[in-house]
Amino acid sequence: MADDKKRRERKPPTKKVPMPEQDPNLRRRNFNEVALGYTAEQAVEEANKCLGCRNPRCVSGCPVEVPIREFINLVREEKFVEAAQKIKETNSLPAICGRVCPQETQCEESCIYGIRNEPIAVGRLERFVADYAREQGESIPKTTKRTGRKVAIIGSGPAGLTCAGDLVKLGHEVQVFEAFHKPGGVLMYGIPEFRLPKDIVEAEVEYLEKMGVQFRYNFVVGKIRTVDQLMEEDGFDAVFIGTGAGAPNFLRIEGMNLVDVFSANEILTRTNLMRGYKFPEYDTPVRVGDKVAVIGGGNVAMDAARTALRLGAAEVSIVYRRSREQMPARAEEIHHAEEEGIQFKLLINPTEVHGDDKNHVIGMSCVRMELGEPDESGRRRPIPIPKSEFVLDVDTVIVAIGNSPNPIVPESIPGLELTKWGTIVVDEETGMSSREGIFAGGDIVTGAATVISAMGAGKKAARGIHKFLTGETVEGESGSEDESKKSESEKRKKSKKSKQDK
Amino acid sequence: MPYEIKFKQVLNPTTKMMVVRAPDVAAVCRPGQFVILRVNETGERFPLTIADFDRDKGDITIVYQEVGKSTKLLGSLEIGDEILDFVGPLGKPSPTDKYYGTVVAIGGGCGSAICYPVARAFKESGNYLITINGARSMDLLLFRKQMYEISDEFYETTDDGSCGVHGFVTAVLGDLIQKGRKIDLVFAVGPVPMMKFVSKTTEPSDIKTLVSLNSIMVDGTGMCGACRVTVGGQMKFACVDGPEFDGHQVDFNELMGRLNAYWEEEAVSMGRWMKETGGTA
Repeated sequence: MADDKKRRERKPPTKKVPMPEQDPNLRRRNFNEVALGYTAEQAVEEANKCLGCRNPRCVSGCPVEVPIREFINLVREEKFVEAAQKIKETNSLPAICGRVCPQETQCEESCIYGIRNEPIAVGRLERFVADYAREQGESIPKTTKRTGRKVAIIGSGPAGLTCAGDLVKLGHEVQVFEAFHKPGGVLMYGIPEFRLPKDIVEAEVEYLEKMGVQFRYNFVVGKIRTVDQLMEEDGFDAVFIGTGAGAPNFLRIEGMNLVDVFSANEILTRTNLMRGYKFPEYDTPVRVGDKVAVIGGGNVAMDAARTALRLGAAEVSIVYRRSREQMPARAEEIHHAEEEGIQFKLLINPTEVHGDDKNHVIGMSCVRMELGEPDESGRRRPIPIPKSEFVLDVDTVIVAIGNSPNPIVPESIPGLELTKWGTIVVDEETGMSSREGIFAGGDIVTGAATVISAMGAGKKAARGIHKFLTGETVEGESGSEDESKKSESEKRKKSKKSKQDK
Repeated sequence: MPYEIKFKQVLNPTTKMMVVRAPDVAAVCRPGQFVILRVNETGERFPLTIADFDRDKGDITIVYQEVGKSTKLLGSLEIGDEILDFVGPLGKPSPTDKYYGTVVAIGGGCGSAICYPVARAFKESGNYLITINGARSMDLLLFRKQMYEISDEFYETTDDGSCGVHGFVTAVLGDLIQKGRKIDLVFAVGPVPMMKFVSKTTEPSDIKTLVSLNSIMVDGTGMCGACRVTVGGQMKFACVDGPEFDGHQVDFNELMGRLNAYWEEEAVSMGRWMKETGGTA
């Protein structure tokens, strides 16, 4: 009896220190960042809950092996700049990761404190220290080593930037080739300003530049120079391909080429990279109508929907053929979208987009779905319900059903082994492709996945490249030490897990 | 990297020619390919087909009609000024290294400038080259001398009859076909209605016809899908699958609709530009 009472008096589970956010009613009409970030007091309060586990599990959930316990300890001691430097030992882009990583399925999922409580808000702390250090002005770590080897990185997205950062720290000469006029890849053109401000992406890139990474913009590898020319004529000893999954998929239904049907990529690129939301101050127009349907249930669909709202649409709906539980988007993104008034039309599949005589969208035929037996992805397969067709009243359709690998670079490399989906086949451990000295990682290998899994692949490839160039194994990083201590089976488990994230 | 304007020439009241220093592009580009440029930090990205190139000097020639704010802005630059971004060569090159027999190259309006390097390459591959150069009126005819010099036969047409044949380019083309001339390939570039009617003219006699599309693009590398076009019932991206397609297969009506997608916004931009420049530009 006494025991029972005692148990009932156990402290209730704690929650994360809440993240200050812009009011949904205000933010749904502006492009300012939604999450405002912790104050120093909030960060210390959150960090103080960390158990500082002797065998922390959080770090094994992190694809870029951030020394989480160590940096949180430094936050506790209010050594915020040192905390950021600690993270940067293994992660070149903490301000980005702190904002866009799905921590709930990675570090925070494995958090021991999180077994009974909400886990420690690792992502929010990472963001806080990265922002703090950037605002204070951080010192650039001196790399004195010079290996004399040159590496070309193709694409400046999360995989390429991570690979570049790790390689320059190891003393290699690194040049990044970017097709666009700005760096960052999906971080710049895809993820909206209100989730990841572009000046933060530019600041992280600037940090890499100060460390010695060189960037060349407006450079389309495969068109201007082939990978073989880079290696044979331009003196690069190794190449990393991180060109991502940038080719938008469309549905195979009538009406996909109507004027008001857009890929999510187009809406997002016009808005983010080209700053179309500031039209006409910026020259690139971006236009949505009053009633917008976004087809798809992933993070890109959420981004497109919330962008459409901010561009002035009166009503924005997510149209998804499966149920809410099966949506691939992060819970937080779905929650934010709902708060802002995005409607969710679930178990609905479009069958045709209708246009008027000027090819403008005047409606979208849909069919209701029900869930049947699980399919190869393990999710219950959506099946059309007979005679359930109806027309959705919309004037704009945004297609966000995924992207395929961009074929320009892979197709320009003879002898490169590709999968039937056009992704590059690489060695799991080293990231090397079927061609010696050519490495790849990120969405160009896995198909469309997350920023952090691409960064993990960039990191792995940097190690593979270093070994390839010098014969040495990367040591000295706290993360890699942990790695070497781990059993083979643990490593296998981890690589399996990072695969599931896509 | 700055892309300096080395030469500028006003070809007619709405059309300008510029030679831009872009050695990376000039080193490898081939006829039919295009560049995407962005004039300044607030500018938009837009495609222009390469009108000529000089590999030794590292120069690219562009010819463009000032139809909106972005082309006006480009046109306001002078020799010595720099274009902020200039990326290429993009798209697939024209299949000019092949011998077909008799090739008819048709350029309409500003399209003549784009037609020129492609026509020249067909000629260099040993083809018998017939060119048809068309415009609304004589003062709008472009690249007349250049086209004349590379052609085995050279025709000109104007809508108002001020030069050459009175009528459209299709009048000359139809006439050649009707006379039973053996034509193995037609290459046409110009306004969409012109390309549409050229394709319609050659379709009954099943003459292979290539048209070069000027779709709206943002990235130009297959990423945004803005340039998608229906060809033979299939969705294609003009930037990576084109810009040249079989004219008999292209859905021109859909293309025209998509080209007008932003006309309201274009008018807003243009209005602002006229105000800023005092309406003189």
